[in-house]
Amino acid sequence: MSTPRLLGLPRDVWPRILAPLMMGMILLGAWEFAVRHFGVPAYVVPGPVLIGQALVADWPSLAAALVVTLRITVLALLVAVTAGVLLALLFSQSKWVEMTFLPYAVILQVTPIVAIAPLIIIWVDNVQAALLICAWIVAFFPIVSNTTIGLNSTDRNLVDLFRLYGATRWQTLLQLRLPAAMPFFLAGLRISGGLSLIGAIVAEFVAGAGGASSGLAYRILEAGYQLQIPRMFAALALISLAGVVIFLSLSLLSHLLLRRWHESAMSPDR
Amino acid sequence: MADPSPTETNGTPGLAGAAAPRAPAAVRLRGVSKRYANGTLAVEGLDLDIAAGSFVSLLGPSGCGKSTLLRMVAGLAPLSTGRIEWPGATPRLGFVFQEPTLMPWQTALDNVALPLKLAGMAQAERQRRAREMLALVGLSEAASSYPRELSGGMRMRVSIARALVTQPDLLLLDEPFAALDEITRFRLNNDLLRLWEAHRFTAVFVTHSVFESVYLSERVVVMAGGPGRLHADLPIPAPPRRDEAFRTSPSYAGLCRAVSEALAGAMAA
Repeated sequence: MSTPRLLGLPRDVWPRILAPLMMGMILLGAWEFAVRHFGVPAYVVPGPVLIGQALVADWPSLAAALVVTLRITVLALLVAVTAGVLLALLFSQSKWVEMTFLPYAVILQVTPIVAIAPLIIIWVDNVQAALLICAWIVAFFPIVSNTTIGLNSTDRNLVDLFRLYGATRWQTLLQLRLPAAMPFFLAGLRISGGLSLIGAIVAEFVAGAGGASSGLAYRILEAGYQLQIPRMFAALALISLAGVVIFLSLSLLSHLLLRRWHESAMSPDR
Repeated sequence: MADPSPTETNGTPGLAGAAAPRAPAAVRLRGVSKRYANGTLAVEGLDLDIAAGSFVSLLGPSGCGKSTLLRMVAGLAPLSTGRIEWPGATPRLGFVFQEPTLMPWQTALDNVALPLKLAGMAQAERQRRAREMLALVGLSEAASSYPRELSGGMRMRVSIARALVTQPDLLLLDEPFAALDEITRFRLNNDLLRLWEAHRFTAVFVTHSVFESVYLSERVVVMAGGPGRLHADLPIPAPPRRDEAFRTSPSYAGLCRAVSEALAGAMAA
């Protein structure tokens, strides 16, 4: 394994970083040029430069809001992982439990969060807790559904092998079913990471909670009311950036856990 | 039930009963039937004795119930009727599946050590034994490799090492080499024979290859399908040392012909 390296990364990784980066630069340049050339007012579409300036100028309040939103997102994801995996384990132990509860998990998933968020915010006194519940509802389903599929698709011969050697239910779960479900769980986790951010943002929009502990969605609302469109875009850029960072870190986690054994994490040139 | 007759066979042509094994039986099947939940009768009223230390092949067309029979002997599938007797002490079993059936997230060494781990053996001891087993199948170098880094033949060797690591008295093999290319299969046939000669476990080998069954075993039991039952029971009086010379000898060709004819009879039955 000696692929040529450049600045610490395998050489063939660089195009995958540089190509989209170049594309982004070109698009941003075209945007800035178009805004200036056609004289589009900043309160309709601000150029990237103006947005960048707003990002720097409003950094203290935007950064604080980012932390608030990320906190809800990460907490929701943690709760979704814990509850999702536990529920999937329950499902895998008994077909009856799965048949009984899976439809409700589906209902929870297909009901638009925007529609139930107001109710949750009315019912739950604590705004932070309400936001957490909303984000959790959105993030929870991919974990349950993927992990359940993973737990149920364990190689039947391996299950037989464990039985042949007198493995306990517990040994079979820990040493066979859970590791076998890992790739499925991680695929669900990558989806849920993005969804929990979306859930947190949507809930913040609905709650419209102001004050010191308000997140990025509230900054967007606030900037909209005040017609501070560059600041609105700056907050939007931060949300996208946060989403990308979440996705990349979960992808990295998945790669590190699976690279030695799973097809999905194999380098294409072997 | 005291039944001195070694085996019962139906319609055995030619070599019937010529050299039925007289060694004590490792396992006796009496009136074993298997009906699946969907009503299909997979195996019907089957009687079979397997002599301790012998190498027996179960040969038959696809779907004749030979794999089901093996799974019943292993205790992986319940019997519908009949019983399986263990005249000696209940043996330690080893099972080799059609696929290597390795855990992809564990190294070759950890895969081999699995049965010992499940039995609660301490890590140092089970790793030592697993290393020994890997050496016996010629895979010392691959101990820390993951299954996907190994070739099909190497994976099957790991699977065999895992089945032998508990030093089983009875090794059950369910068409283990069916998916391998012929060259690899020949090599693994020889490896398996060397291991059997060294350890003298009882081997029950399910296959649909006439040539493989004659090359490996002391006795070929031919099964007929729909529902699965015994059709012929042929001893294979071959030299104790089976190698490439045996594979090309006239006696091998003659035995293959006899077994082929029995198989053809089973498929017509």
